[in-house]
This record gives sequence, structure tokens and C-alpha cells, in this order.
Amino acid sequence: MRKKELKLVVTFHTTADAMAMEKACKEHQAPGRIIPVPRAISAGCGLAWCAALEDREQIVSMMRMTGIEEEEMHECMV
Amino acid sequence: MIYLDNAATTMRKPQEVIDAVVLAMSSMGNAGRGVNDASLSASRIIYDTRERLCRMFGGTDPRQVVLTCNSTESLNIAIRGLLSPGDHVITTMLEHNSVLRPLYDLEAKGTSLTIIESDKRGRFDIEDMKKAVRLETKMIVCTNGSNLTGNYVELKPIGEFAREHGILFVVDASQTAGVFPINVEEMKIDVLCFTGHKGLLGPQGTGGMYVREGVNIRPLKAGGTGVQTYSKTQPVQMPTALEAGTLNGHGIAGLHAALIYLEEHGIDKIRAREQELMRRFYEGVKDIENVTVYGDFDTMDRCAIVTLNIGDYDSSEVSDELLTGYGISTRSGGHCAPLMHKALGTVEQGAVRFSFSHYNTDEEVDAAVKAVRELAADEE
Repeated sequence: MRKKELKLVVTFHTTADAMAMEKACKEHQAPGRIIPVPRAISAGCGLAWCAALEDREQIVSMMRMTGIEEEEMHECMV
Repeated sequence: MIYLDNAATTMRKPQEVIDAVVLAMSSMGNAGRGVNDASLSASRIIYDTRERLCRMFGGTDPRQVVLTCNSTESLNIAIRGLLSPGDHVITTMLEHNSVLRPLYDLEAKGTSLTIIESDKRGRFDIEDMKKAVRLETKMIVCTNGSNLTGNYVELKPIGEFAREHGILFVVDASQTAGVFPINVEEMKIDVLCFTGHKGLLGPQGTGGMYVREGVNIRPLKAGGTGVQTYSKTQPVQMPTALEAGTLNGHGIAGLHAALIYLEEHGIDKIRAREQELMRRFYEGVKDIENVTVYGDFDTMDRCAIVTLNIGDYDSSEVSDELLTGYGISTRSGGHCAPLMHKALGTVEQGAVRFSFSHYNTDEEVDAAVKAVRELAADEE
């Protein structure tokens, strides 16, 4: 297994929310990708958005702008 | 074969729809069940389908688009999930059994039901609906277009009235979605129920509903959602709340392609062509002796349906003769609209329905007119 790094992990209530996130990130050129929710996080949806910590501000402001709701926002080893 | 049974299902689909289903069947995983390319491709197409449907129906949030198997499932979810014993609900004689049977079922369990009368031309008066309202009236549920006569029902006046009185407005758009403009915000629709395989030109087994934000429907089904696995209850967030079990991803891929087709070709253009064919047929048959045409043709802004009988012939016999003698596919019998037949006086005879698609041609319509003329002359 590859070495884990501290990352930003955003979880969602539903798959639809996760898909809305992926689409918005693509449109607004926000970095990151969909990953399965890590076991350490208890989340509603099985899909999460994973990005580098330094991208947090950009991602959060993009989410506010587009009205995408997260379930939780974590910083964890992924 | 001349296919004139498009109100049952639009048999001819755009090639893009067929291609999309075939591609999906060799590449699509289960949406929201795992993070792999196949699963994500399903999730993406399904989400994009929600967005396109939301846009088509003037909704505010794609997450309020619930994907189901058909209008019947959508109507059952809405009717059974919003009404309780003690509530009062208003509907019309125009309705299909997909509305009436859930209502009769609830009526037996203590919901009271008022059915607004239709005249002999298949029209009802909104004033009758207004007069039927009581303190405990919870819902008005009605069709946007009769599957039997093709009569179009204006939704906005009903929606505005319902909203003013705090009554939920549930619409059966089986015959109109994908053909007529529908705007849930402007028309004050709380739940819009539609099928994917008629005017939307998608595969059978697709359909859905748009639920206004803030309208909470008790789920009809509970089960796997791919989310909140350890919760004992169905998630409350939309659209997952109303979508237990694997969605019809392959079918939805086809519906997705159909929505793109409709956006590219324009539903106004498609509707104009269908109505042109309907008018051509109507003008051709309306004055034939022994032919009775049902419905309101004062306006041609109606669903592309012409329903008729020849003399007192059994409608099934006429439909069979059209098929075997002329290769024309129509529908006969009861059309799952028992009260509409009662209003038209055709319970015993049934009726022969000709319904048109923009893919039909003038020549096909002319052949159908000729066939009706010959059968009517034969009857004499």
C-alpha cells in the first residue's frame, strides 16, 4: 500500500450530492477526486471528495458559491 | 406496420437512445455502490439525467428529481406517501388507474375522496374543484392530459388555487412530459410524476418525479441506498429517501440520451409536428358517417390523440381489423381510464385510439384515414 498523507476529505449525505460536487469541481477547476469514504470517517455516502490540504479554501468557497452541502469536512490520513 | 399507439409507448426511439442503452449494458456499474470507473460512470450519467430533467421541468434543485420505473410508481409514491386517513383528496374523472386505484385503496382505509365530474367531451370545470375543497383537503391530483381523449388540462390555474389554499398539487404528466412545456415553479406543482417511455422517448422502465423542496413524502420502499449503511431507517435526504434499491441505470442512460435529443430538436417543434399529424387525421375522419370522435377539438393545443368509434362496433374488433387488414397499430378497449369511459358513454364499446409521434408521416396518417373510411362504409 502507498504511504498515507494528510488530506482534505469531504463527505456527503447522498450519491447525488457527491456527483454534484464532482461536477462543480470540474467546472470550477477545483482540484481533487472522488474516493471511497475512509473507514476512519463515519459518513452517509460511500463517496467522498479528496483533495490536498492547501486546496481547502478554494474548495470551500466553491462549495458555498454553488450551494453544495457537505455532510462533514475532515482532515485525515488517506 | 404503421404504428399509431404512441400514447401507450413511443415505439420508435432516437438511435442515440438505443446506442446509449447498448453502451451502458457493456460498461455501466451500479451507481453509488463503490468507487470504480464503471460505478462512477453510472453515477455521473444518473446525476446528469437529474440535472436535465430538473431543467426541463423548471425545478430548483436536481436532488429533488427522483428516478422511478414509471408514472405509476411515481404516483403511488406521491399519493400513498402524502395522504393519511382523515385527509380529503380531490381528483377528476379524466384519471388513469395509476391515480384512481391508489386513491380507492386509501379511501378504503379512511381517506375521503371527491372525483370531479367530466362532461361528455371529457372536460371538467375547475370551479367544481374549488367547490369541493374542505378544511381537511390535503391534495388535488390530476392529469395534465387525458390518455383517452387527448384533452389537455391547464395546470397553472389549479396549481395557483391549490397553493393559495395550502393544498398539495400532484400532477400526472404521463402524456405530456417531453412534449408540452411544464414548469413546476410557475404552475405551482408540488409533485410532478412522469414516465420516460412516452413523450420523453426513453426506454420502458424509466420515469420519475420532481418533488418541490420542503414537501416530505413517506417512502414507499426502504432498502439499499449505497449510503448510511448502518442506519436502521431509510435516509431522509433527497433523492435517496425515495430511491431504495439499484436504479435502472441502463434505462436511465437511454433516457439521458433521449433528453439530449429533445433539447437538440426542441419540444415545441416536436409537439407542433405531432399536433399537425393529429389535426390531419382528425380532419380526415371527423365527418365520416358512422364515426364518432371523442374529446374536445375546439383547440388543437392538445395531446396528439384521436379516439373514435365506428357505429356500434366493438372497438377491439375495429382495432383488430385495422391491424390485420391495413397493418395499422392502434389501441382499443378501456385504456385504464374507467371513469373517462363512463363520461363518454363508452364503457361497453371501449374506443379506438390513434396516437401520433413526430416520427409518423403524412402518408401514414392518410392511410389510417382511408382505413377508417373503408371500415365505416363497410359498417353501413
